[in-house]
Amino acid sequence: MNPSLLIIVPAYNEEAAVGEVVRGIHRAMPGVRVLVIDDCSLDATIARAKAAGAGVLPLPHHLGLGGCVQAGYKLAYELGYDYVIRVDGDGQHDPEDIPRLFAELRDSGCEMVIGSRFADRNGVYTSLARSLGIRLFRLVLRPILGKAVHDPTSGFVGVNRRALQVFSKSFPLEYPEIEALVVLQRKRFRFEEIPCRMRPRTTGKSSITALKSVYYIFHVLMGVFVNVLKFEPRGQKPSRRS
Amino acid sequence: MDRLLTFLTALSAVLILLVLRSVRRAHIRVEYSVSWLLAAATLLVLSRWPSLLEAAARRLGITYAPLTILLIAGCMFLIMFYRFSVIISRLKDDNIALAQRVAILEYRLESVEKGAGQA
Repeated sequence: MNPSLLIIVPAYNEEAAVGEVVRGIHRAMPGVRVLVIDDCSLDATIARAKAAGAGVLPLPHHLGLGGCVQAGYKLAYELGYDYVIRVDGDGQHDPEDIPRLFAELRDSGCEMVIGSRFADRNGVYTSLARSLGIRLFRLVLRPILGKAVHDPTSGFVGVNRRALQVFSKSFPLEYPEIEALVVLQRKRFRFEEIPCRMRPRTTGKSSITALKSVYYIFHVLMGVFVNVLKFEPRGQKPSRRS
Repeated sequence: MDRLLTFLTALSAVLILLVLRSVRRAHIRVEYSVSWLLAAATLLVLSRWPSLLEAAARRLGITYAPLTILLIAGCMFLIMFYRFSVIISRLKDDNIALAQRVAILEYRLESVEKGAGQA
């Protein structure tokens, strides 16, 4: 049992997958609390999540992925959790990888650990367009972060309490994964990647369609540069020892 | 030129009436009507007093005076759009924070009620 770990599952219209995701997490991490954050789904996501044994945080209206994830971070921070792992509600992340990700998060002292589909060659399921986009983001992020990041768009991430404190105050609202790395870098926080399996999506559809891809790339690059240039009043940077 | 100025006079008068009507019906808050009224009044004054318009055109080095009025109106509306973008962004942030707070409080209240029910 890990009382200081909370697993959050942001979900929007994921009735077909969310139940199995929650059950998979319970099998992989028995005794750990699972919280599904429902972004005002129009289907039976809440009922399926509850039936599978998860707690549910239902948002009063649709906030988008960033707002949804941040609600989970805020609740976890207020409830005193030391670690939070985010697993997407569409079933693409393999719950069997959670124990390794948690062990790395706990033992490495890093503020964030990313489950990466590119850290080794196994389990890569992504389109050519997305793959090119990821290569572009890697190039842009390398000098900003000071180290290579293989899978900057991965939503399979674990954070510790220091990152939780930062994210509960400031978290990108749309397409948050890449910008969140820059937010962490601004605080001089560290991240690591561990290889993880990504499974093909079996139900629903990705929030990033082909038509949205160009807007996505432009939006994320803007977000990265805005975060790099963001004004931060003196005395706002939390210490790594806090 | 006269036709254009008459059209601009009519446009600014309609804009003033529209904004006042919206304020009266509480569709626009008073503080957000001020910039619209100021822009419309400037358009009205410049379109009704050609001497003032020509003086402004000379000052800006523009040979065709009606162009001045469009330039000034364009600048005013750009500033207003910028101001409203700032306001909308802040409102969106506040709205998201509020929605998250409501969800968290409901969750915690439910947990407390469950705990009390079991006790």
